[in-house]
Amino acid sequence: MTLAIRHTWFMVGRQLRNLMREPIWIALLLVQPMVWLLLYGQLFKRVTHLPGGGFGTTSYITFLAPAIVIMNAFFGATWSGMAMISDLDRDVLPRFLATPVSRISLVVSQILRSALIAVIQGAIILLVSLALGVRVHTALIGWVVVLVAAALMNAAFAGLSQGIALLVRKEATMIAIANFIGLPLFFLSTTLISIRQIPHWMRIAAKFNPVNWGVISAREVVLRGTDWASVGLHLGLLFALSVATAAFATWTFRAYQRTI
Amino acid sequence: MEAIVVDELQKQYGRVRALQGVTFAVRAGEVFGLLGPNGAGKSTTVKVLATLTKPDSGRAEVAGYDVVRDPNAVRRAIGYVPQSSGVDRDATGRENLMLQGRVQGMGGRTLEARVAELLELLGLAEAADRVVRGYSGGMKRRLDVGLGLVHRPQVLFLDEPTTGLDPEARASMWEELERLAEGESLTILLTTHYMEEADELADRLAIVSRGRVVVEGTPEQLKQSLRGEAVEVELADGRGSEAEAVVAALEGVLEASIDGRRLRSRVASGARAIPFILSALEAEGISVESVTTHRPSLDDVYLHYTGREFAAEDEQGRSVGGGRR
Repeated sequence: MTLAIRHTWFMVGRQLRNLMREPIWIALLLVQPMVWLLLYGQLFKRVTHLPGGGFGTTSYITFLAPAIVIMNAFFGATWSGMAMISDLDRDVLPRFLATPVSRISLVVSQILRSALIAVIQGAIILLVSLALGVRVHTALIGWVVVLVAAALMNAAFAGLSQGIALLVRKEATMIAIANFIGLPLFFLSTTLISIRQIPHWMRIAAKFNPVNWGVISAREVVLRGTDWASVGLHLGLLFALSVATAAFATWTFRAYQRTI
Repeated sequence: MEAIVVDELQKQYGRVRALQGVTFAVRAGEVFGLLGPNGAGKSTTVKVLATLTKPDSGRAEVAGYDVVRDPNAVRRAIGYVPQSSGVDRDATGRENLMLQGRVQGMGGRTLEARVAELLELLGLAEAADRVVRGYSGGMKRRLDVGLGLVHRPQVLFLDEPTTGLDPEARASMWEELERLAEGESLTILLTTHYMEEADELADRLAIVSRGRVVVEGTPEQLKQSLRGEAVEVELADGRGSEAEAVVAALEGVLEASIDGRRLRSRVASGARAIPFILSALEAEGISVESVTTHRPSLDDVYLHYTGREFAAEDEQGRSVGGGRR
Protein backbone atom coordinates (compact mmCIF):
# COMPACT_ATOMS: atom_id res chain seq x y z
CA MET A 1 0.00 0.00 0.00
CA THR A 2 2.68 2.50 1.00
CA LEU A 3 4.50 1.54 -2.18
CA ALA A 4 1.37 2.26 -4.23
CA ILE A 5 1.08 5.69 -2.62
CA ARG A 6 4.75 6.46 -3.20
CA HIS A 7 4.53 5.46 -6.84
CA THR A 8 1.32 7.44 -7.30
CA TRP A 9 3.16 10.44 -5.89
CA PHE A 10 6.01 9.95 -8.44
CA MET A 11 3.56 9.57 -11.30
CA VAL A 12 1.45 12.59 -10.34
CA GLY A 13 4.74 14.50 -10.08
CA ARG A 14 5.55 13.53 -13.64
CA GLN A 15 2.14 14.63 -14.89
CA LEU A 16 2.16 17.98 -13.12
CA ARG A 17 5.72 18.78 -14.13
CA ASN A 18 4.83 18.17 -17.75
CA LEU A 19 1.70 20.28 -17.34
CA MET A 20 3.60 23.15 -15.71
CA ARG A 21 5.92 23.14 -18.66
CA GLU A 22 2.97 24.24 -20.75
CA PRO A 23 0.66 26.13 -18.39
CA ILE A 24 -0.86 27.78 -21.45
CA TRP A 25 -3.13 24.74 -21.58
CA ILE A 26 -4.86 25.62 -18.35
CA ALA A 27 -5.59 29.05 -19.80
CA LEU A 28 -6.81 27.65 -23.11
CA LEU A 29 -9.09 25.21 -21.35
CA LEU A 30 -10.63 28.14 -19.50
CA VAL A 31 -11.84 29.87 -22.64
CA GLN A 32 -15.00 27.81 -22.87
CA PRO A 33 -16.19 28.27 -19.27
CA MET A 34 -15.46 32.00 -19.57
CA VAL A 35 -17.67 32.17 -22.62
CA TRP A 36 -20.49 30.55 -20.68
CA LEU A 37 -19.97 32.77 -17.68
CA LEU A 38 -19.48 36.09 -19.48
CA LEU A 39 -21.54 35.76 -22.66
CA TYR A 40 -24.21 33.22 -21.83
CA GLY A 41 -24.58 34.69 -18.34
CA GLN A 42 -25.22 38.14 -19.82
CA LEU A 43 -27.43 36.89 -22.64
CA PHE A 44 -29.84 35.12 -20.28
CA LYS A 45 -29.50 37.35 -17.24
CA ARG A 46 -33.26 37.94 -17.19
CA VAL A 47 -34.22 34.28 -16.76
CA THR A 48 -34.19 34.64 -12.99
CA HIS A 49 -37.32 36.76 -13.36
CA LEU A 50 -39.25 33.96 -15.07
CA PRO A 51 -42.58 33.09 -13.42
CA GLY A 52 -42.10 30.00 -11.26
CA GLY A 53 -38.60 31.15 -10.31
CA GLY A 54 -36.67 28.64 -8.28
CA PHE A 55 -33.30 30.33 -8.84
CA GLY A 56 -32.81 31.37 -5.23
CA THR A 57 -31.25 34.66 -6.38
CA THR A 58 -32.00 37.43 -8.83
CA SER A 59 -28.42 37.46 -10.08
CA TYR A 60 -28.18 34.89 -12.84
CA ILE A 61 -24.41 34.96 -12.80
CA THR A 62 -24.43 34.04 -9.10
CA PHE A 63 -26.70 31.12 -9.97
CA LEU A 64 -24.51 30.15 -12.91
CA ALA A 65 -20.95 30.53 -11.56
CA PRO A 66 -20.75 27.48 -9.24
CA ALA A 67 -22.39 25.33 -11.92
CA ILE A 68 -19.83 26.47 -14.50
CA VAL A 69 -17.06 25.31 -12.16
CA ILE A 70 -18.75 21.90 -12.10
CA MET A 71 -19.38 21.88 -15.85
CA ASN A 72 -15.74 22.64 -16.49
CA ALA A 73 -14.65 19.86 -14.15
CA PHE A 74 -17.05 17.44 -15.82
CA PHE A 75 -16.01 18.15 -19.41
CA GLY A 76 -12.35 18.08 -18.44
CA ALA A 77 -12.89 14.63 -16.98
CA THR A 78 -14.53 13.22 -20.10
CA TRP A 79 -11.35 14.08 -22.03
CA SER A 80 -8.86 12.90 -19.45
CA GLY A 81 -8.47 9.46 -21.02
CA MET A 82 -6.64 11.08 -23.93
CA ALA A 83 -3.47 11.26 -21.83
CA MET A 84 -3.66 7.51 -21.20
CA ILE A 85 -4.05 6.84 -24.92
CA SER A 86 -1.04 9.00 -25.65
CA ASP A 87 1.03 7.00 -23.12
CA LEU A 88 -0.19 3.80 -24.72
CA ASP A 89 0.58 4.95 -28.24
CA ARG A 90 4.09 6.04 -27.30
CA ASP A 91 4.99 2.83 -25.48
CA VAL A 92 5.46 4.74 -22.22
CA LEU A 93 3.05 2.40 -20.48
CA PRO A 94 4.71 -0.85 -21.61
CA ARG A 95 8.03 0.53 -20.44
CA PHE A 96 6.62 1.16 -16.96
CA LEU A 97 4.92 -2.23 -16.91
CA ALA A 98 8.29 -3.95 -17.20
CA THR A 99 9.28 -2.30 -13.88
CA PRO A 100 7.97 -3.13 -10.39
CA VAL A 101 5.88 0.08 -10.46
CA SER A 102 2.55 -0.25 -8.68
CA ARG A 103 -0.05 -0.91 -11.36
CA ILE A 104 -2.72 1.05 -9.55
CA SER A 105 -0.51 4.13 -9.43
CA LEU A 106 -0.50 4.30 -13.22
CA VAL A 107 -4.29 4.66 -13.27
CA VAL A 108 -4.84 6.65 -10.09
CA SER A 109 -2.21 9.24 -11.00
CA GLN A 110 -4.10 10.02 -14.20
CA ILE A 111 -7.31 10.58 -12.25
CA LEU A 112 -5.56 12.75 -9.66
CA ARG A 113 -3.92 14.85 -12.34
CA SER A 114 -7.25 15.41 -14.01
CA ALA A 115 -8.97 16.33 -10.72
CA LEU A 116 -6.18 18.70 -9.76
CA ILE A 117 -6.48 20.56 -13.04
CA ALA A 118 -10.23 20.86 -12.43
CA VAL A 119 -9.54 22.41 -9.02
CA ILE A 120 -7.03 24.91 -10.40
CA GLN A 121 -9.43 25.92 -13.15
CA GLY A 122 -12.30 26.04 -10.66
CA ALA A 123 -10.38 28.46 -8.45
CA ILE A 124 -9.71 30.70 -11.45
CA ILE A 125 -13.38 30.68 -12.46
CA LEU A 126 -14.38 31.55 -8.90
CA LEU A 127 -11.93 34.45 -8.83
CA VAL A 128 -13.33 35.82 -12.09
CA SER A 129 -16.85 35.39 -10.70
CA LEU A 130 -15.84 37.29 -7.60
CA ALA A 131 -14.70 40.14 -9.81
CA LEU A 132 -18.07 40.03 -11.56
CA GLY A 133 -19.84 40.52 -8.27
CA VAL A 134 -20.68 36.96 -7.33
CA ARG A 135 -20.61 36.45 -3.56
CA VAL A 136 -20.26 33.03 -2.02
CA HIS A 137 -22.83 33.04 0.75
CA THR A 138 -20.98 30.64 3.04
CA ALA A 139 -17.69 32.45 2.46
CA LEU A 140 -14.44 30.50 2.71
CA ILE A 141 -16.01 27.15 3.57
CA GLY A 142 -18.20 27.60 0.50
CA TRP A 143 -15.15 28.04 -1.71
CA VAL A 144 -13.70 24.86 -0.34
CA VAL A 145 -16.93 22.95 -0.91
CA VAL A 146 -17.21 24.17 -4.51
CA LEU A 147 -13.65 23.05 -5.21
CA VAL A 148 -14.14 19.70 -3.48
CA ALA A 149 -17.29 19.18 -5.54
CA ALA A 150 -15.28 20.03 -8.68
CA ALA A 151 -12.57 17.53 -7.70
CA LEU A 152 -15.07 14.74 -7.03
CA MET A 153 -17.10 15.59 -10.14
CA ASN A 154 -13.95 15.32 -12.17
CA ALA A 155 -12.59 12.20 -10.48
CA ALA A 156 -15.88 10.35 -10.96
CA PHE A 157 -15.79 10.81 -14.72
CA ALA A 158 -12.02 10.73 -15.09
CA GLY A 159 -12.13 7.16 -13.78
CA LEU A 160 -14.72 6.34 -16.40
CA SER A 161 -12.73 8.09 -19.11
CA GLN A 162 -9.51 6.24 -18.18
CA GLY A 163 -11.38 2.94 -18.28
CA ILE A 164 -12.86 3.70 -21.67
CA ALA A 165 -9.45 4.81 -22.97
CA LEU A 166 -7.96 1.49 -21.92
CA LEU A 167 -10.78 -0.39 -23.61
CA VAL A 168 -10.95 1.47 -26.94
CA ARG A 169 -7.29 2.67 -27.20
CA LYS A 170 -8.10 4.97 -30.12
CA GLU A 171 -8.28 8.75 -30.02
CA ALA A 172 -11.10 9.04 -32.55
CA THR A 173 -13.33 6.58 -30.68
CA MET A 174 -12.47 8.30 -27.41
CA ILE A 175 -13.58 11.68 -28.78
CA ALA A 176 -16.86 10.22 -30.02
CA ILE A 177 -17.61 8.62 -26.66
CA ALA A 178 -16.68 11.77 -24.73
CA ASN A 179 -19.19 13.77 -26.76
CA PHE A 180 -21.78 11.06 -26.49
CA ILE A 181 -21.57 11.08 -22.69
CA GLY A 182 -20.81 14.76 -22.18
CA LEU A 183 -23.55 16.74 -23.87
CA PRO A 184 -26.62 14.73 -22.76
CA LEU A 185 -25.53 14.69 -19.12
CA PHE A 186 -24.80 18.40 -19.29
CA PHE A 187 -28.23 19.29 -20.66
CA LEU A 188 -30.01 16.90 -18.32
CA SER A 189 -28.75 18.91 -15.37
CA THR A 190 -29.71 22.19 -13.75
CA THR A 191 -26.42 23.80 -14.75
CA LEU A 192 -28.09 26.53 -16.79
CA ILE A 193 -31.56 26.76 -15.35
CA SER A 194 -33.53 26.12 -12.17
CA ILE A 195 -35.15 22.76 -11.60
CA ARG A 196 -38.61 24.38 -11.54
CA GLN A 197 -38.24 25.58 -15.10
CA ILE A 198 -37.58 22.23 -16.76
CA PRO A 199 -40.03 19.53 -17.95
CA HIS A 200 -41.13 16.91 -15.46
CA TRP A 201 -39.27 13.98 -17.05
CA MET A 202 -36.05 15.95 -17.09
CA ARG A 203 -36.41 16.66 -13.37
CA ILE A 204 -36.52 12.96 -12.73
CA ALA A 205 -33.54 12.32 -15.01
CA ALA A 206 -31.61 15.12 -13.31
CA LYS A 207 -32.10 13.43 -9.95
CA PHE A 208 -30.05 10.46 -11.14
CA ASN A 209 -27.55 12.52 -13.09
CA PRO A 210 -24.15 12.75 -11.33
CA VAL A 211 -23.47 16.07 -13.04
CA ASN A 212 -26.49 17.44 -11.24
CA TRP A 213 -25.21 16.11 -7.92
CA GLY A 214 -22.14 18.26 -8.41
CA VAL A 215 -24.18 21.28 -9.45
CA ILE A 216 -26.44 21.00 -6.39
CA SER A 217 -23.51 20.69 -3.94
CA ALA A 218 -21.70 23.67 -5.42
CA ARG A 219 -24.75 25.87 -5.81
CA GLU A 220 -26.14 25.25 -2.34
CA VAL A 221 -23.12 26.81 -0.66
CA VAL A 222 -23.07 29.83 -2.95
CA LEU A 223 -26.74 30.77 -2.57
CA ARG A 224 -28.59 31.76 0.59
CA GLY A 225 -30.33 29.13 2.72
CA THR A 226 -27.71 26.42 2.31
CA ASP A 227 -29.11 22.91 2.84
CA TRP A 228 -26.06 21.21 4.31
CA ALA A 229 -27.69 17.80 4.40
CA SER A 230 -28.21 17.97 0.64
CA VAL A 231 -24.61 19.14 0.14
CA GLY A 232 -23.33 16.23 2.21
CA LEU A 233 -25.55 13.70 0.48
CA HIS A 234 -24.57 14.78 -3.03
CA LEU A 235 -20.87 15.01 -2.24
CA GLY A 236 -21.15 11.53 -0.73
CA LEU A 237 -22.79 10.21 -3.87
CA LEU A 238 -20.04 11.72 -6.00
CA PHE A 239 -17.40 10.21 -3.77
CA ALA A 240 -18.99 6.77 -4.05
CA LEU A 241 -19.15 7.13 -7.82
CA SER A 242 -15.47 8.16 -7.91
CA VAL A 243 -14.48 5.04 -6.01
CA ALA A 244 -16.57 2.90 -8.35
CA THR A 245 -15.15 4.37 -11.55
CA ALA A 246 -11.60 4.20 -10.20
CA ALA A 247 -12.22 0.50 -9.57
CA PHE A 248 -13.57 0.20 -13.12
CA ALA A 249 -10.43 1.89 -14.52
CA THR A 250 -8.22 -0.47 -12.52
CA TRP A 251 -10.17 -3.43 -13.83
CA THR A 252 -9.81 -2.29 -17.45
CA PHE A 253 -6.11 -1.84 -16.80
CA ARG A 254 -5.86 -5.51 -15.95
CA ALA A 255 -7.83 -6.33 -19.06
CA TYR A 256 -5.41 -4.24 -21.10
CA GLN A 257 -2.42 -6.10 -19.65
CA ARG A 258 -3.92 -9.39 -20.71
CA THR A 259 -4.05 -8.28 -24.34
CA ILE A 260 -0.41 -7.22 -24.70
CA MET B 1 25.40 -19.73 -14.98
CA GLU B 2 22.42 -19.21 -17.20
CA ALA B 3 20.83 -15.76 -17.16
CA ILE B 4 17.86 -16.67 -19.33
CA VAL B 5 16.24 -20.05 -19.75
CA VAL B 6 13.37 -20.39 -22.19
CA ASP B 7 11.66 -23.72 -22.42
CA GLU B 8 8.92 -24.62 -24.92
CA LEU B 9 7.09 -21.28 -24.79
CA GLN B 10 3.73 -21.21 -26.51
CA LYS B 11 1.50 -18.20 -26.97
CA GLN B 12 -1.55 -17.64 -29.10
CA TYR B 13 -3.31 -14.33 -29.91
CA GLY B 14 -6.79 -15.24 -31.05
CA ARG B 15 -6.06 -17.58 -33.92
CA VAL B 16 -2.51 -16.42 -34.51
CA ARG B 17 0.05 -18.76 -33.00
CA ALA B 18 2.80 -16.29 -32.14
CA LEU B 19 5.03 -18.74 -30.26
CA GLN B 20 5.04 -22.43 -31.02
CA GLY B 21 7.56 -23.87 -28.61
CA VAL B 22 10.43 -21.40 -28.38
CA THR B 23 13.41 -22.87 -26.55
CA PHE B 24 16.86 -21.39 -25.93
CA ALA B 25 19.23 -20.43 -23.14
CA VAL B 26 21.51 -17.45 -22.63
CA ARG B 27 24.59 -17.56 -20.44
CA ALA B 28 25.35 -14.75 -18.00
CA GLY B 29 27.44 -12.01 -19.56
CA GLU B 30 26.57 -13.01 -23.09
CA VAL B 31 25.12 -10.89 -25.88
CA PHE B 32 22.46 -13.06 -27.47
CA GLY B 33 20.61 -12.19 -30.65
CA LEU B 34 17.15 -13.26 -31.72
CA LEU B 35 17.14 -12.90 -35.47
CA GLY B 36 14.13 -13.33 -37.67
CA PRO B 37 11.63 -11.70 -40.01
CA ASN B 38 8.84 -9.45 -38.74
CA GLY B 39 6.12 -11.48 -37.12
CA ALA B 40 8.41 -14.42 -36.36
CA GLY B 41 7.78 -14.17 -32.62
CA LYS B 42 10.85 -12.25 -31.44
CA SER B 43 8.98 -9.40 -29.80
CA THR B 44 6.45 -11.73 -28.23
CA THR B 45 9.28 -13.76 -26.72
CA VAL B 46 10.83 -10.62 -25.25
CA LYS B 47 7.45 -9.49 -23.90
CA VAL B 48 7.07 -12.79 -22.10
CA LEU B 49 10.58 -12.48 -20.65
CA ALA B 50 9.97 -8.88 -19.59
CA THR B 51 6.76 -10.01 -17.79
CA LEU B 52 4.53 -7.88 -20.00
CA THR B 53 2.55 -10.87 -21.14
CA LYS B 54 2.08 -14.43 -19.94
CA PRO B 55 2.76 -17.49 -22.05
CA ASP B 56 -0.03 -20.01 -22.63
CA SER B 57 2.36 -22.81 -21.75
CA GLY B 58 6.05 -23.43 -21.29
CA ARG B 59 8.44 -21.96 -18.78
CA ALA B 60 10.86 -19.05 -18.70
CA GLU B 61 13.37 -17.92 -16.12
CA VAL B 62 15.26 -14.66 -16.06
CA ALA B 63 18.09 -14.10 -13.59
CA GLY B 64 16.93 -17.22 -11.79
CA TYR B 65 13.31 -16.08 -11.31
CA ASP B 66 10.26 -17.57 -12.99
CA VAL B 67 8.57 -14.90 -15.13
CA VAL B 68 5.05 -16.06 -14.26
CA ARG B 69 5.43 -16.94 -10.59
CA ASP B 70 7.79 -14.18 -9.55
CA PRO B 71 7.27 -11.28 -11.97
CA ASN B 72 8.32 -8.51 -9.57
CA ALA B 73 11.67 -10.14 -8.89
CA VAL B 74 12.20 -10.40 -12.65
CA ARG B 75 11.23 -6.74 -13.10
CA ARG B 76 13.85 -5.64 -10.59
CA ALA B 77 16.52 -7.68 -12.37
CA ILE B 78 15.86 -6.54 -15.92
CA GLY B 79 15.92 -3.50 -18.13
CA TYR B 80 13.49 -3.44 -21.04
CA VAL B 81 13.85 -1.23 -24.09
CA PRO B 82 10.66 -1.48 -26.16
CA GLN B 83 10.55 -1.50 -29.94
CA SER B 84 9.24 2.03 -30.31
CA SER B 85 10.66 4.67 -28.01
CA GLY B 86 9.07 4.54 -24.57
CA VAL B 87 10.45 7.86 -23.34
CA ASP B 88 8.21 10.57 -21.97
CA ARG B 89 8.59 13.21 -24.65
CA ASP B 90 7.33 16.06 -22.50
CA ALA B 91 9.98 15.52 -19.85
CA THR B 92 13.75 16.14 -19.99
CA GLY B 93 16.24 13.32 -20.36
CA ARG B 94 17.27 13.64 -16.74
CA GLU B 95 13.68 13.64 -15.48
CA ASN B 96 12.96 10.50 -17.48
CA LEU B 97 15.92 8.72 -15.93
CA MET B 98 15.16 9.93 -12.40
CA LEU B 99 11.57 8.70 -12.52
CA GLN B 100 12.63 5.33 -13.90
CA GLY B 101 15.16 5.00 -11.08
CA ARG B 102 12.57 5.91 -8.44
CA VAL B 103 10.06 3.29 -9.53
CA GLN B 104 12.94 0.83 -9.42
CA GLY B 105 13.38 1.73 -5.77
CA MET B 106 16.40 4.01 -6.05
CA GLY B 107 16.63 7.50 -4.63
CA GLY B 108 18.76 10.27 -3.20
CA ARG B 109 22.38 10.80 -4.13
CA THR B 110 22.89 7.27 -5.42
CA LEU B 111 20.24 7.84 -8.06
CA GLU B 112 21.45 11.32 -8.96
CA ALA B 113 24.99 10.05 -9.40
CA ARG B 114 23.87 7.08 -11.47
CA VAL B 115 21.76 9.29 -13.74
CA ALA B 116 24.65 11.69 -14.26
CA GLU B 117 26.94 8.78 -15.04
CA LEU B 118 24.53 7.33 -17.60
CA LEU B 119 23.94 10.68 -19.29
CA GLU B 120 27.70 11.00 -19.66
CA LEU B 121 28.09 7.43 -20.87
CA LEU B 122 25.36 7.79 -23.49
CA GLY B 123 26.61 11.14 -24.74
CA LEU B 124 23.51 12.95 -23.50
CA ALA B 125 25.10 15.08 -20.80
CA GLU B 126 24.67 18.31 -22.72
CA ALA B 127 21.07 17.60 -23.65
CA ALA B 128 20.19 16.26 -20.19
CA ASP B 129 17.98 19.14 -19.15
CA ARG B 130 16.29 19.65 -22.48
CA VAL B 131 12.82 18.30 -23.18
CA VAL B 132 13.02 15.04 -25.13
CA ARG B 133 10.68 16.33 -27.83
CA GLY B 134 13.68 18.12 -29.33
CA TYR B 135 16.00 15.09 -29.33
CA SER B 136 17.09 13.39 -32.55
CA GLY B 137 16.02 9.80 -33.23
CA GLY B 138 19.42 8.48 -32.15
CA MET B 139 19.45 10.51 -28.94
CA LYS B 140 15.96 9.31 -28.03
CA ARG B 141 17.02 5.72 -28.62
CA ARG B 142 20.12 6.15 -26.46
CA LEU B 143 17.92 7.56 -23.71
CA ASP B 144 15.70 4.49 -24.08
CA VAL B 145 18.72 2.32 -23.45
CA GLY B 146 19.61 4.48 -20.46
CA LEU B 147 16.13 3.96 -19.01
CA GLY B 148 16.74 0.25 -19.20
CA LEU B 149 20.04 0.58 -17.36
CA VAL B 150 19.39 3.01 -14.49
CA HIS B 151 19.01 0.39 -11.78
CA ARG B 152 22.01 -1.67 -12.95
CA PRO B 153 19.99 -4.66 -14.13
CA GLN B 154 21.53 -8.07 -14.66
CA VAL B 155 19.73 -8.60 -17.94
CA LEU B 156 18.89 -6.05 -20.61
CA PHE B 157 16.28 -6.66 -23.30
CA LEU B 158 16.63 -4.63 -26.46
CA ASP B 159 13.74 -4.98 -28.88
CA GLU B 160 14.94 -3.84 -32.31
CA PRO B 161 17.32 -1.23 -30.86
CA THR B 162 18.32 0.36 -34.16
CA THR B 163 15.17 0.11 -36.26
CA GLY B 164 14.35 3.50 -37.70
CA LEU B 165 17.81 4.95 -37.13
CA ASP B 166 19.93 6.30 -39.96
CA PRO B 167 23.15 4.37 -40.73
CA GLU B 168 25.33 6.79 -38.80
CA ALA B 169 23.18 6.66 -35.67
CA ARG B 170 23.03 2.88 -36.02
CA ALA B 171 26.81 2.55 -36.12
CA SER B 172 27.23 4.74 -33.04
CA MET B 173 24.52 2.77 -31.25
CA TRP B 174 26.44 -0.42 -31.96
CA GLU B 175 29.57 1.07 -30.45
CA GLU B 176 27.55 2.20 -27.45
CA LEU B 177 26.09 -1.25 -26.91
CA GLU B 178 29.42 -2.99 -27.27
CA ARG B 179 30.92 -0.72 -24.65
CA LEU B 180 28.00 -1.29 -22.31
CA ALA B 181 28.13 -5.05 -22.68
CA GLU B 182 31.73 -4.95 -21.50
CA GLY B 183 31.59 -2.15 -18.94
CA GLU B 184 28.38 -3.06 -17.14
CA SER B 185 28.89 -6.85 -17.12
CA LEU B 186 25.43 -7.31 -18.49
CA THR B 187 23.60 -10.11 -20.19
CA ILE B 188 21.95 -8.64 -23.28
CA LEU B 189 19.17 -10.17 -25.32
CA LEU B 190 18.51 -8.25 -28.49
CA THR B 191 16.08 -8.82 -31.30
CA THR B 192 16.80 -7.62 -34.78
CA HIS B 193 16.03 -8.29 -38.40
CA TYR B 194 19.33 -6.82 -39.53
CA MET B 195 21.83 -9.57 -40.29
CA GLU B 196 24.71 -7.14 -39.97
CA GLU B 197 23.61 -6.13 -36.50
CA ALA B 198 23.41 -9.70 -35.27
CA ASP B 199 26.79 -10.48 -36.82
CA GLU B 200 28.38 -7.42 -35.25
CA LEU B 201 26.93 -7.56 -31.76
CA ALA B 202 25.86 -11.06 -30.85
CA ASP B 203 28.15 -13.63 -29.25
CA ARG B 204 25.54 -16.19 -30.10
CA LEU B 205 22.25 -16.04 -31.88
CA ALA B 206 19.09 -17.94 -32.59
CA ILE B 207 17.19 -17.62 -35.83
CA VAL B 208 13.46 -17.49 -35.15
CA SER B 209 10.87 -18.25 -37.76
CA ARG B 210 7.14 -18.77 -37.35
CA GLY B 211 7.23 -18.94 -33.59
CA ARG B 212 10.13 -21.36 -33.31
CA VAL B 213 13.90 -21.31 -32.98
CA VAL B 214 15.14 -22.95 -36.15
CA VAL B 215 18.86 -22.83 -35.45
CA GLU B 216 21.18 -21.57 -32.74
CA GLY B 217 24.92 -20.94 -32.55
CA THR B 218 27.68 -18.36 -32.88
CA PRO B 219 27.60 -16.36 -36.12
CA GLU B 220 30.77 -18.26 -37.18
CA GLN B 221 29.28 -21.67 -36.46
CA LEU B 222 26.15 -20.80 -38.39
CA LYS B 223 28.10 -19.64 -41.42
CA GLN B 224 30.28 -22.73 -41.35
CA SER B 225 27.23 -24.97 -41.07
CA LEU B 226 26.46 -24.10 -44.67
CA ARG B 227 28.56 -26.09 -47.08
CA GLY B 228 29.89 -24.62 -50.27
CA GLU B 229 29.91 -21.08 -51.54
CA ALA B 230 27.37 -18.39 -52.21
CA VAL B 231 26.94 -17.15 -55.77
CA GLU B 232 25.10 -13.94 -56.34
CA VAL B 233 23.87 -13.08 -59.83
CA GLU B 234 22.47 -9.68 -60.59
CA LEU B 235 19.92 -9.87 -63.39
CA ALA B 236 19.62 -7.18 -66.03
CA ASP B 237 15.84 -7.49 -66.28
CA GLY B 238 12.99 -8.52 -64.04
CA ARG B 239 12.50 -12.18 -64.94
CA GLY B 240 13.44 -13.21 -61.41
CA SER B 241 11.21 -16.18 -60.70
CA GLU B 242 12.05 -17.76 -64.07
CA ALA B 243 15.77 -17.37 -63.39
CA GLU B 244 15.30 -18.85 -59.93
CA ALA B 245 13.63 -21.96 -61.37
CA VAL B 246 16.32 -22.40 -64.00
CA VAL B 247 19.19 -22.13 -61.54
CA ALA B 248 17.55 -24.21 -58.82
CA ALA B 249 17.21 -27.12 -61.28
CA LEU B 250 20.94 -27.20 -62.10
CA GLU B 251 23.14 -29.91 -60.74
CA GLY B 252 25.50 -28.75 -58.01
CA VAL B 253 23.16 -25.96 -56.90
CA LEU B 254 22.08 -26.56 -53.30
CA GLU B 255 19.50 -23.82 -53.13
CA ALA B 256 18.47 -20.67 -54.93
CA SER B 257 16.26 -17.76 -54.08
CA ILE B 258 15.40 -14.47 -55.68
CA ASP B 259 15.40 -11.11 -53.95
CA GLY B 260 14.36 -8.36 -56.37
CA ARG B 261 16.85 -8.57 -59.22
CA ARG B 262 19.37 -10.43 -57.11
CA LEU B 263 19.51 -14.17 -57.50
CA ARG B 264 21.24 -15.78 -54.56
CA SER B 265 22.30 -19.38 -54.74
CA ARG B 266 24.51 -21.68 -52.81
CA VAL B 267 26.66 -24.13 -54.71
CA ALA B 268 29.21 -26.83 -53.89
CA SER B 269 31.93 -25.01 -55.80
CA GLY B 270 31.67 -21.51 -57.21
CA ALA B 271 34.34 -21.87 -59.85
CA ARG B 272 32.67 -24.93 -61.29
CA ALA B 273 29.05 -23.77 -61.04
CA ILE B 274 29.31 -20.25 -62.42
CA PRO B 275 29.81 -21.23 -66.10
CA PHE B 276 26.81 -23.60 -65.88
CA ILE B 277 24.63 -20.95 -64.25
CA LEU B 278 25.53 -18.34 -66.82
CA SER B 279 25.02 -20.56 -69.84
CA ALA B 280 21.71 -21.88 -68.49
CA LEU B 281 20.46 -18.32 -68.01
CA GLU B 282 21.71 -17.31 -71.44
CA ALA B 283 19.92 -20.26 -73.02
CA GLU B 284 16.68 -18.88 -71.58
CA GLY B 285 17.52 -15.43 -72.89
CA ILE B 286 17.92 -13.94 -69.40
CA SER B 287 20.71 -11.39 -69.39
CA VAL B 288 23.05 -10.93 -66.47
CA GLU B 289 24.58 -7.77 -65.08
CA SER B 290 27.19 -9.17 -62.71
CA VAL B 291 28.25 -12.26 -60.81
CA THR B 292 29.97 -12.47 -57.44
CA THR B 293 30.93 -15.33 -55.23
CA HIS B 294 31.74 -15.37 -51.52
CA ARG B 295 31.81 -17.55 -48.42
CA PRO B 296 28.29 -17.99 -47.03
CA SER B 297 27.30 -14.90 -45.02
CA LEU B 298 24.73 -14.65 -42.28
CA ASP B 299 22.27 -13.62 -44.99
CA ASP B 300 22.70 -17.00 -46.60
CA VAL B 301 22.28 -18.74 -43.27
CA TYR B 302 19.12 -16.79 -42.68
CA LEU B 303 17.67 -17.53 -46.10
CA HIS B 304 18.62 -21.16 -45.78
CA TYR B 305 16.91 -21.71 -42.45
CA THR B 306 13.89 -19.44 -42.70
CA GLY B 307 13.28 -20.63 -46.26
CA ARG B 308 13.31 -24.26 -45.25
CA GLU B 309 11.14 -23.53 -42.29
CA PHE B 310 8.48 -21.89 -44.44
CA ALA B 311 8.20 -25.00 -46.57
CA ALA B 312 8.05 -27.35 -43.59
CA GLU B 313 5.49 -25.11 -41.94
CA ASP B 314 3.16 -25.22 -44.93
CA GLU B 315 3.10 -28.99 -44.96
CA GLN B 316 2.47 -29.12 -41.26
CA GLY B 317 -0.24 -26.49 -41.53
CA ARG B 318 -2.09 -28.61 -44.03
CA SER B 319 -1.96 -31.80 -42.03
CA VAL B 320 -2.61 -30.30 -38.59
CA GLY B 321 -4.59 -27.10 -38.94
CA GLY B 322 -6.62 -28.01 -41.98
CA GLY B 323 -7.92 -24.64 -43.21
CA ARG B 324 -6.25 -21.71 -41.55
CA ARG B 325 -7.56 -19.33 -44.18
